[in-house]
Amino acid sequence: MDNPSHSSTPAVVVSEVSFRYGERLALDGVSFAIPRQTIFTLLGPNGSGKSTLFRLMATLVGLQQGRIECFGFDVTRDVYQVRRLLGVVFQSPGLDRHLTVWENLWQHAVLYGLGSAEARRRAFLWLERMGVADRVDERVGKLSGGLARRVELAKAMLPEPPLLLLDEPSSGLDPKARSDLWQCFVALKQQGTTVVLTTHFLDEAERADQLAILDQGRLVAHGSASQLRGECEGELITIQTDDPQAVVEAIRRRFPVDPQVVANCVRLEVTDGTRWLASLMESLGDRVKSISLAKPSLEDVFIARTGHAFHEVAG
Amino acid sequence: MCGLSPATKREKMSNGGLRWSLGKSKLLGNMVAAGQAAVVSENLGLALRASAALAWREVIRFLRQRHRVVGALGQPLLFWLLFGAGMHRSFRLDADSRMPFWQYYLPGTVLLVLLFTAIFATISIIEDRREGFLQGVLVAPVPRWVMVAGKLLGASLLAVGQALLLLALCAVWGIWLSPLGYLQAVLLLWVVSTAFGALGFVLAWRMDSTQGFHAVMNLVLMPMWLLSGAFFPVPAVEPGDLVQTGLHWVMRLNPVTYAVAGLRGMIYPGRLPEGFWEPHSAWVCWAVTVGFAAFWVLAAWRVAERPAAGDGL
Repeated sequence: MDNPSHSSTPAVVVSEVSFRYGERLALDGVSFAIPRQTIFTLLGPNGSGKSTLFRLMATLVGLQQGRIECFGFDVTRDVYQVRRLLGVVFQSPGLDRHLTVWENLWQHAVLYGLGSAEARRRAFLWLERMGVADRVDERVGKLSGGLARRVELAKAMLPEPPLLLLDEPSSGLDPKARSDLWQCFVALKQQGTTVVLTTHFLDEAERADQLAILDQGRLVAHGSASQLRGECEGELITIQTDDPQAVVEAIRRRFPVDPQVVANCVRLEVTDGTRWLASLMESLGDRVKSISLAKPSLEDVFIARTGHAFHEVAG
Repeated sequence: MCGLSPATKREKMSNGGLRWSLGKSKLLGNMVAAGQAAVVSENLGLALRASAALAWREVIRFLRQRHRVVGALGQPLLFWLLFGAGMHRSFRLDADSRMPFWQYYLPGTVLLVLLFTAIFATISIIEDRREGFLQGVLVAPVPRWVMVAGKLLGASLLAVGQALLLLALCAVWGIWLSPLGYLQAVLLLWVVSTAFGALGFVLAWRMDSTQGFHAVMNLVLMPMWLLSGAFFPVPAVEPGDLVQTGLHWVMRLNPVTYAVAGLRGMIYPGRLPEGFWEPHSAWVCWAVTVGFAAFWVLAAWRVAERPAAGDGL
């Protein structure tokens, strides 16, 4: 247990964690584990509790109920041990705009007890890996959002923590910078780091090895994207229509299925999609504006588990 | 400390995509070491080094923001020149008028510089929090006092530096201190600025915007300074005159009065004429000032252990 890199405990174990802001329950009995050396996303719409969970894992906020362990260390009892194993990138940029890239990294290194020579060696190593080594003497305020994010990643990786936590790392980045960032995550994982990030982008969550989906403070799904998609049977038919309720009634009358209305579209899960398409078109006629057949996506998993669309959660 | 030799720079500089030259095994080795690399929470030397680094950041930030340098030194200096000239004829300590107002007002001006610099240095914690820098420090493996000490050390370095600039300017006017006097003055200024810095820290810790701070500045800090003998001397108790007696006690109970009196005693030895009150000795000034600083430093330390608005939400 003293040498977490060699034991087989998961990187993070969250058990029965609940958290309240006054009256509002932000997390409600959430439990899951994050295996080592994976890219793990906490997916959820705004207000789902993912940022609260992030702050708890990052030891910024104290636990109210439940337990969180990092590499076997309790985040409350062994807070300093946990902090040594964590690299944290917050959503708001954690760099001082008035300092240069190197000055920022040096500050961070000192906080983690690295000597100046070691700090310099690692700063160059990580800045080079992030492709920003040529910016070392520039003020952070002059860097673009994407470059600043990379510098921040280099800063977080300076103490070479086995676990990297990132809160919405791709928000505010253009698609190119986002894809570069993901390249960094993959490379970090290959080098042995566990990368945990929060996101509200479904496509981003798909790229992770594993994900946990949160909705209104509860864990609604947990596993790999393909695993979760596999839980939705067969294929998915989505019908766009002006009167979804009437279409649902019509389908129910003719077929032994129970379609749902989500975001003004009629959806049903079927096994033999192409045959269904034909018979649905035949029976619904011109009430259908468009009809589509698709493999279930993460959004479908979310809908199946919560009964509402990903981006239509009320406040 | 923070420069990179040109040779290293050339050697390491490279541009373009992501480069992952290190082998996997080496990095895994480093990760095992990472558990041992950071023992700041258990090592006083490393913790003090971290505080010093944070203090250094305060100084650098200050120097790189020109408006702050001008604001903290400029306003008190302007006040001093304007009030010094304007009050010259009406201000009279006694019949001989041995001390013109600009001289009387000098220690008060130095204190005002300290107040502005130290407090504005520590309320930057609000900015740090908003910009995300503070969160990074809070989740680093260092005890909270490291962050408090860094803030206070940075604030007092800046404040004492500014105050010394002002005293250097006074030397041009012919107001000198002995080397020992300067040493004493620096020590006193350091204690006072630490007190002001800690006071600012306590006020700022739970605030999420600087707006509320201006009200506190105008309603608490400025009156505290005005009623410290900085601007006018503490009147003696006058039986029958409630206003004078009331003012006397308010000023006498104000800890800043002792800092001003202490500094005045160093610049102008000798006592104020009859009709005014001042602390009995330099020792009383030192004791009260050190106590004032200790109180606020402890308060800052305590308050930093608690979560603040904005951390959790």
